Amino acid sequence: MGERAIKLPDVGEGVAEAELVEWHVKLGDLVREDTVLAAVMTDKATVEIPSPVEGEVIWLGAEVGDVVAIGSELVRLKVAGDDAEAPAPLPPAASAPRAPDADRPEPRAAVPRQPAPAPQTPLPRPHQASAQTSGQAWGAPRRDGEKPIASPAVRLRAREAGVDLRQVAGTGPAGRITHEDFDAFVARAPGAAPSRGVAARTAITEVKLVGLRRRIAEKMALAHARIPHITYVEEIDVTALEDLRAILNRDKREEQPRLTLLPFLMRAIVRAVADQPQLNALYDDDAGILRQYAGVHVGLAAQTANGLMVPVVRHTETLDLWACAAEAARVAEAARTGTAARETLTGSTITISSLGAMGGVASTPIINHPEVAIVGVNKIMTRPVWDGAAFLPRKMMNLSSSFDHRVVDGWDAATFVQRLKTLLETPALIFMEGREP
Amino acid sequence: MKAMSCKLLVIGAGPGGYVCATRSGQRGIDTVIVEAKKPGGTCLNVGCIPSKALIHAADEYHKVARFAAGDSPLGIGASEPRIDLARTMQWKDEIVGRLNGGVAGLLKNASVKVVEGWARFRDGKTVEVETETGLQTIHAEQVVIATGSRPVELPALPFGGRVISSTEALALRQVPSRLVVVGAGYIGLELGTAFAKLGAHVTVVEALPRILPQYDAALTRPVEVRLRQLGVEVLTGAKATGLTPAGDALAVETGDGQHKALAADHILVAVGRAPLTAGWGLEALDLDRDGPFLRIDARCRTSMRGVYAIGDVTGEPMLAHRASAQGELVARIVAGDDRIWDSACIPAICFTDPEIAVAGLLPEAARATGVEILTGLSPFQANGRALTLGEDAGFIRVVARADNHLVLGIQGVGAGIAELSAGFALALEMGARLEDIAATVHAHPTQSETLMEAARNALGHSQRHHAP
Repeated sequence: MGERAIKLPDVGEGVAEAELVEWHVKLGDLVREDTVLAAVMTDKATVEIPSPVEGEVIWLGAEVGDVVAIGSELVRLKVAGDDAEAPAPLPPAASAPRAPDADRPEPRAAVPRQPAPAPQTPLPRPHQASAQTSGQAWGAPRRDGEKPIASPAVRLRAREAGVDLRQVAGTGPAGRITHEDFDAFVARAPGAAPSRGVAARTAITEVKLVGLRRRIAEKMALAHARIPHITYVEEIDVTALEDLRAILNRDKREEQPRLTLLPFLMRAIVRAVADQPQLNALYDDDAGILRQYAGVHVGLAAQTANGLMVPVVRHTETLDLWACAAEAARVAEAARTGTAARETLTGSTITISSLGAMGGVASTPIINHPEVAIVGVNKIMTRPVWDGAAFLPRKMMNLSSSFDHRVVDGWDAATFVQRLKTLLETPALIFMEGREP
Repeated sequence: MKAMSCKLLVIGAGPGGYVCATRSGQRGIDTVIVEAKKPGGTCLNVGCIPSKALIHAADEYHKVARFAAGDSPLGIGASEPRIDLARTMQWKDEIVGRLNGGVAGLLKNASVKVVEGWARFRDGKTVEVETETGLQTIHAEQVVIATGSRPVELPALPFGGRVISSTEALALRQVPSRLVVVGAGYIGLELGTAFAKLGAHVTVVEALPRILPQYDAALTRPVEVRLRQLGVEVLTGAKATGLTPAGDALAVETGDGQHKALAADHILVAVGRAPLTAGWGLEALDLDRDGPFLRIDARCRTSMRGVYAIGDVTGEPMLAHRASAQGELVARIVAGDDRIWDSACIPAICFTDPEIAVAGLLPEAARATGVEILTGLSPFQANGRALTLGEDAGFIRVVARADNHLVLGIQGVGAGIAELSAGFALALEMGARLEDIAATVHAHPTQSETLMEAARNALGHSQRHHAP
């Protein structure tokens, strides 16, 4: 018998470290070759780490939530002779390994010297569903265009429920979507009304923030702590824009994407920041440098099943209206399905936050640090507007925009939003070549 | 002229059309089906069913002939067998007749109105049928085209006289002494093998360099060996150029440029099947085509609203069970259900000796999808049941993804392997991994154990592959 250390492999995308989001094994477990040991998360993807050999888990190198460097030891296994390697001294663990056995209070010191007890349970099956341990039963994400695997019965249920199985994560072997996965998906879907409780509920559930949720929390705290926000709300008459949009959607070619308000706003921002380059910028507050970008990389705050993500449409200044719509749809879909490449999720210079029909009357968007401006879109409502002689029903929409007050004065913020207002209220200006009068 | 209208009109009562009409009728949809011949289509009347009857009769005869020849390793002797092929055909016709009656009964019980005659489109929703009692017009809200296919004719060898198609071959009243088969696809080889077992001297002429070119060489090798044992002469890379001037032999140009004349009582041309898209006014509809076939989407819809197409007329694989599944799908869609074609595989059987069964992807096709694969193969020589049947040729092979062991294809060649195809297809539809098949206890002693062994072998390869 010997020992074999399993190191965190290079999980791709050029990342140097990954966050441990889930253990699939515990001390004393017997694992087979290809048994999933742990799941780690990089900036975007969750990657399962399989065991290369058969053996017994004798040491765990991190706790859920720890950030582990690529190449550092993750697990040690006791293995049969052939699979062993020269034993190396155990590195000091970044944190104490988990000790599920109550009778072993000092696992770090005790484990390497003491053989673990023989397991009572049979060998774990590879790729066990892990709903209990993490609350998130995501299997390895399917690659783009890969067919979801499900039995004919599950496929039929999905069709009858109107569910696209590509949206459903599979926890079964090889990522198969089981009946339980489907039940869980349907239960989580919006529209499921909570049943009326009768007894007072006293339970408190502690949810450890890991993965994307923790990243969001850290980023929001940083942005809010460092940036003194100034939020400016203005109403926009989008009646003309909505008329134009309806006509374009009616007459568009079939292969063209359906236009929402978003591509118009993206184009308007491109025009507006041409006059105010200090708003299309990243503020390196440690170095005291404002980097103004010639290219406009628009971040689009998007809700995904895991939480908020900001996929980026790069070089929006090179895209026409249709290309903006297509690109926005593409990156948002990639973010939602977890297939977004790293460069799709980084490098924005200004961000749009839109909740569509959920947009509300006004909002106070948090700036996507280190950017200096974020444009929040509120919902369109038909409101009576006094035109000097009568009340007219007009389609009105508010923009709630936040700016980094350290580098953007109130006057500049107002100028920027008024420019967007002019462009959106007279949408022909968005498409004017050169400078309009 | 009489006129009728209905909700659903099905044109063609083959395995696609009659299933569609029956299911539709059972759902209470006002359904009419038009068929010029007997219900059941090619499959039931002149295809799958009669050919399997003939193959079975040939196997039985051949078995006794071997006993009579004294070369039975089982020690069984018998006197020289005789065959009355006319009687065999009568038995076959009785089977077909029973099934015809069964289909007619299904249609009747489902309250489907059957109109006998050839349909001709007037417009996308109206057909005229020349019936015995005069011209009948049928107008329907939705139409299903299930007209099927017919044997392809070679320009140099038009059907007639000695030159026959599979339809005539399945109605011969005497075993020919010399039969030439043009085309080494599954139809030509199935019938050629049967007649060879019945005592005919059979020569197979194939233009391509291999028999059954849709399969890889490993799958077809046991069939080649068996053909040789049966005395069937196979000329690959050879082109049939027409009848000799005397008209009693087939002129063949072989791969090395030689010209041969193959004397024959019958020349069976089995070079494929073509969709039946001409002769019934389809041209007027101008439906989108996919090569010679009608183009359909995943809901079997053609390019015309309310017009569906199913079965052979929609392309490969031209298999009865695909047509039936499509028929069922369309019946449900017409009844208002949301359905889509999402089957993982359509298994295919070649009833040669030994049989070839295929479900999902062959290794080469799996590799072509860009994934890394594992394959595992287990020969029937290692299977006890196969040995006790005296049929140890062939193997089962499993193809799976290397990364997650998802089974992508299962194929095999061996005696009676057709019946194992149910397990192949089930594994693929359920998204089985190699471990699932390997860990399923298979009954002993059966040939099915070979599937489990093949999966284990694939896993064994993977373990060796990954070992440090």
